Amino acid sequence: MADQQRLYDIWVYLQAEPLFWLTLTIGAYLLGDLCYRRSGMFPLLNPVALGIIIVSAVLLLFGIQYERYFEGAKFIHFLLGPATVSLAFPIYRKWSLISTNAKAILTTVLLGSVFAILVTYALASLFSLERDIVLSLLPRSVTAPIAMGVSEIIGGIPSLTAIITIVTGIIGAAFGTFTLDLLRVREMSARGFAIGLASHGIGTARAMSRNETAGVFAAVAMGLSGIVTALVVPLIVYLLAV
Amino acid sequence: MLQGVFIIFLFQLIGEMVQKYFALTVPGPVIGLVLLLLMLLLLDKRGAAVKARFEQGLATTSATLLGHLPLLFVPIGVGVVMHISVLEGHLLAVLAVIFLGTVASIGFSALLMQKLQGMGKRHG
Repeated sequence: MADQQRLYDIWVYLQAEPLFWLTLTIGAYLLGDLCYRRSGMFPLLNPVALGIIIVSAVLLLFGIQYERYFEGAKFIHFLLGPATVSLAFPIYRKWSLISTNAKAILTTVLLGSVFAILVTYALASLFSLERDIVLSLLPRSVTAPIAMGVSEIIGGIPSLTAIITIVTGIIGAAFGTFTLDLLRVREMSARGFAIGLASHGIGTARAMSRNETAGVFAAVAMGLSGIVTALVVPLIVYLLAV
Repeated sequence: MLQGVFIIFLFQLIGEMVQKYFALTVPGPVIGLVLLLLMLLLLDKRGAAVKARFEQGLATTSATLLGHLPLLFVPIGVGVVMHISVLEGHLLAVLAVIFLGTVASIGFSALLMQKLQGMGKRHG
């Protein structure tokens, strides 16, 4: 009985410490990565999705509040900012490849971003979703802070947009490779660019972990489509009178 | 390495300050990325000696940070799973829109980009 009490005390102590949640997060991700490699890189078993599922399962199983988990995990979350800034370095290294493709990049980012917004609108109408959900969906392809800002401007629900955006990223990371293989797109720059454009940071992370050229083009696409989407979504909402 | 960390943090800090000051929708780290890229490209033209001093540190730090980039999305992803109930009865429809829309967008952009690159090569 005394042992059980001590174990419980240790558990209570650990829950309040960042170390436990940081270890769990990294461990879950590594386990996800292991499963992914063991499965012969099966797209559905990608490390982020598995890591998220494992951590969520632990939290749900032990009835832990997300806020408590995030108190610890925020140290990993914090690194997203510096990681974004550090994308400047690989982009700089591949700068000549980017500038020779400037025309293709700008055209694709313009048409691709508009396509992403319109196809989302068409599908949302097809499923007859309510107006505020439709508006929350429209900016979903770009990085969460931009998407949330746009959502607020057009009258969507920013917190809903945040969730939708993250799900978009995970789906892009999980199914992007598969889609591109199916369409026989072999050029790494085009593959990365499409993933970054449609599924922002999470897609870019995925592309970067597979191939540097793909990762760099994904990062460029993510940045540019963020800007295009921020400008175009309000315009499309106005023109279509959503 | 530490030098690289400092430079990256410094540019993020500048980016965040620019974002707050001008109340931009573009996030601070993205502004930091653009500014750091501009600095590197400028130093390429003039100031190669200055750049050589911190290039190695920056290379190491960025490789470390980007090596496990997907891991950094786990905490926020867990947040989505824990709060997915806000979608209530719309969950399936919203997931369908996201899935179909994302796959279609990736396909469209990749094919367009590939076509444009091919055209560029033939003419140039």
